[in-house]
Parts: sequence; structure tokens; C-alpha cells
Amino acid sequence: MTEAATLIETYGRLLDEDRLEDWLDLFAETCRYEIVSRENRAQNLPLSLMLCDNKDMLRDRIHSLRHANIFNIHRDCHVVGLVRVEAGQGGQISATAAYSLFQSNQDGETRLFSVGRYHFELLASEGGMLIETATVVVDTGTILTLLATPI
Amino acid sequence: MSASIRGQNATFHFPAADCSRIPYGMYLDPEIYALEQQRIFHGPVWNYLALEAEIPEPGDFRVVAVGDTPVIVNRDREGRIHAMVNRCAHRGSIVQRAAYGNARAHTRCYHQWSYDFSGRLLNVPFQKGIGGKGGLSKDFDKSCHGLQRLHVQTLSGVIFGSFSGSVKPLEDYLGPVFAHQVRRLFTKPVRILGYQRQRIFGNWKLYTDNLRDPNHGGLLHMFQITFGIARLSSKGGAQLDAEGKHNLSWAAQGGRAEADSDDGYAGTDRGDMAITLRDPSMLRYAKEFSEDLTLAISSIFPGAALQQIGNTLAVRQIRTRSANEFDIVSTFFGYQDDDAEMARHRLRKANLAGPAGLVSMEDGEAVELVHRAIVRDGDCHSVVEFGGRGPVTDQENLVSDVPMRGFWLHYCKLMGITPGEDA
Repeated sequence: MTEAATLIETYGRLLDEDRLEDWLDLFAETCRYEIVSRENRAQNLPLSLMLCDNKDMLRDRIHSLRHANIFNIHRDCHVVGLVRVEAGQGGQISATAAYSLFQSNQDGETRLFSVGRYHFELLASEGGMLIETATVVVDTGTILTLLATPI
Repeated sequence: MSASIRGQNATFHFPAADCSRIPYGMYLDPEIYALEQQRIFHGPVWNYLALEAEIPEPGDFRVVAVGDTPVIVNRDREGRIHAMVNRCAHRGSIVQRAAYGNARAHTRCYHQWSYDFSGRLLNVPFQKGIGGKGGLSKDFDKSCHGLQRLHVQTLSGVIFGSFSGSVKPLEDYLGPVFAHQVRRLFTKPVRILGYQRQRIFGNWKLYTDNLRDPNHGGLLHMFQITFGIARLSSKGGAQLDAEGKHNLSWAAQGGRAEADSDDGYAGTDRGDMAITLRDPSMLRYAKEFSEDLTLAISSIFPGAALQQIGNTLAVRQIRTRSANEFDIVSTFFGYQDDDAEMARHRLRKANLAGPAGLVSMEDGEAVELVHRAIVRDGDCHSVVEFGGRGPVTDQENLVSDVPMRGFWLHYCKLMGITPGEDA
């Protein structure tokens, strides 16, 4: 249980420290990563803001951010609330937590960029716990400026 | 009519008759913004409102916006579409608070006045007062106090609204090229996939400029350059309507305009195609239209765009908030006859578009970079000369911003400006 909470703390910290390649290592090869708005969720509409349904797509996202995309230069600060962990059958572990994500620009101006809730499905493996699915349901469905780095 | 227009604190001058010079102040001045609401968004134009597929049943409604005016679009019991301003005749409060839903009538919570689907005032509680005291006077005529109605016309299930009684019929307003683009994308029943919203801290016209500047696509949007989706050397161009106000930016995959045309990237750090994707399946284009277009963005004056990026289909609507802020609301769709594989492909390929789009995310940053840089010097001008000066015509290549001048020439006409004429 604490292992799950630690994993989620690491998840936010690696994003904050711009260690996106290390962040990738938290995911299983069969992973799915999705950011979806509460607006679409509430209406049962399938469109995401970001959807990587295998690890290569997630690697490509990060690769593209590093080598192709141009976005606002900023630093993230994830504030993740208490993690609720539930163990299911067959070693499957679900974890949910609310988050706030603050963004600061190069002048040190900070804005609240996004709030919402994480839904993780975690998998215990030999090398430790890995993320099987990460679904980020954002309440802040109006994206401020643009959404480049994962939430 | 003159080449100048008075803003809040300054007068802005359009020195060139072909709109190749645009004063920065037009992007910043609050008085200009207020005039635009009146003369552009409430003027003789058709504003995209919604898709019929979003309000399929009687009583279905959605709250949208024309410029910054909140508008209810709904379907009445007979299936007809109506649009009206979401503002009560009594004290001006919002009538329909929900963003979408199904209603029997629209009732305003503040004083419980209610309106039918065409905006007629149905009921006023305590209209006659109590015991002969209070209430409204006997000659109060409910038929004179409905919600302000918009004219509505639809084409292939796409709903447009206008505040103007003198605007041309929708098809004439669109012209043959853009009526065809609407019909092409809405040729069969659509399925709404969802919404994306983006708030950009800049003037809305920097975004409409961006939509009419095919030149930026192959330089700014490095994902598509890097991974070979579209380059300036691709076969592509721009098509305009007779008035030059709408613009279709298009590209066809695979074609190269000139064998050596990638040389134009010399001196930039762009154009390196050595990088590859580990999972390129998202980039695949499953041909589904008779034309060979793989990229087609039809910008409809003033604030809408139909988007086809491969199989990623959407309508974008600009909702202005002030001279310094606007939202882009995108409605993504597929077709009801999409099989499971196509449905999945569209959702994966949607990664290319929108505020987190691998191709399009840069637009938000580009608009804000310009807006921040022009905060002062409102009477300095931007230079719009790619593709040449003079008459606004279709472009046979992508290295052009001529369509931008088409937008501005029509904008000036509606705003009462004659560019190039001495004040």
C-alpha cells in the first residue's frame, strides 16, 4: 500500500524535475496513459486530450517533446493529495488521488494550471510496482495556453 | 469611410490598400474589440453555432457563444432548430445555466421567467401581483419580451446563426468552395466523439491570422516536418472565396512541389527527418474521401474552422473573451458507420490536434508570443507580404500569407475602414 503511494509521489516528482525519460520507466510495457476531460467523461464521450495506448506511443510523446514540439518554457509543481489504494483479485492494485498542478514560467510567475483526479491501475512485478494504466481526469477542461508535458 | 479607425486611446491607420500593413493596435484596443462584437460577430456574417448531431432530440439544447454573447441552440418539439441570446428580457441574467441538456422550457432561476424553444416568453410568476397590488401593468405584452433571436440556417447538419437580417443566404455566404467543404465532411451521419477547449491569452485575430498563414505550418509545427507529415515543399496551397474572407489551407500527402525544394530549410534547425516514431500507426491516413487532401483546414469568416488532419475531423469555434483572451472550442466527430478499427484510429489520431496536439500545440504559444511582443507601439504595423502584394487570389503553394490579407480586407469592410485611403 505504501509502495503504491511512493510510486505516485515519484510520478509527480519526476515530472516536476523534468526527468521525463525516468518517468517513462514507471510504466509497464503494456501500459495505457490517458488525459481526459470531465466534460467528455460526464457525457460518455470517448475523446481524450492525450492518449497513448501502448508504451511506444508514450515514448514517442516524450521524444517529440524533446525534439520536435515548441511549447511554453515552464516548470511544473504537482501537489498530489492522499492516495486511496484498493487491492483487487490477482495482484491488481487500484490507486486514486486528487492533484493540483501549478505551472511557473521563467520569470517565476505561477498559475494554477490544472486540477483533477488520478486513477491508476498498478501491477506488482519482480522489479517493483509498475503503472498499467494511468487515467488523468481533468476538471480544468479549458486548457490554459497548451498542454505539452504530461500531467 | 477612411483608412483609419478610432480606438479607445488612439487612431489606427491602414496605409496599404491591399492590407499588407496591419496596425498592432487592432489586436489590443478594447474599443476596437467592442466594435468587432457589434460589426463583425453581430454583423452580416454567419457564425458557426453547433452540429445538429449534438441536439438530436426535441428539447435538446447547448449553450454556445457568438463572439462573447452567450447563445442557446435548441431543437423544438417539431424538430426545428432555434438559437437565441441566453439573457433574460427582465433583468439581463443568464436564462439557461446548464451547458447542455434536455429541457421542457428554459427557466431563469433568478425570477423564474420561462421561455419556449423559440425564445418566446411563456410565463412570468405573479404577473398580476397579489390582490391587485404589484406585478406587471395590464398592458405588459409578453410577445414583446422574448429572448433576442438569431437567424438560423443549416447546411448538411452544420448550424450557423446570424444577428443580421441583411446577410446573404448561408450557401451564398460560404461560396461554392466552402459549401463543398462542409458537404464533403458532413456527407453522412456523424458521431460526436467529444470536446476540447483551449484558452489562449492573446487576441482572437492572431489565431484567425494563423489559420490563414499556411507558411507557418511547415516551419513552426515541427512534429509534422520532423515526421514527414507535411512540409512546405509538399503539394498544397490555399483557396479562397470570391470575397477572400474564408480560406482553405490544404496539402496532399506524398507530393513534392519541387525536387530540391527542401533547400528552403537551410539556415533553420528544422527539416531534420532523421528522427522516427516507434509507433507510427497513428500517422496512417485511411483514405475516406474522394479527394486526395490529407490536410484541409477551412476557415470560415469570422471565427470557425473545419478541420481534417488525416482522419481527425473537428469543427473549431473561436469564442472571444476580451481583446486579450479567447477560447477555442473544438467538437471532434467521426461517422456513425465507422467500424471499431476506424473509431479507435480517430481517437488515437486525435493526438495530433487540439491543445495537446503533437502537430497543433505550438499555435497557442505562437499567438501568445506575438501578443506579448506587441503590447506597446499600437501604430506600428505587421508586414504581410509572403506570396506578394496586391490582389488576393488563390495560392498554388504553401509559402504565402495572402489569405491573411483576404480576411483583413473583409474585416475592414465590415468595420468601416477603407485601407490605403488618405484620412
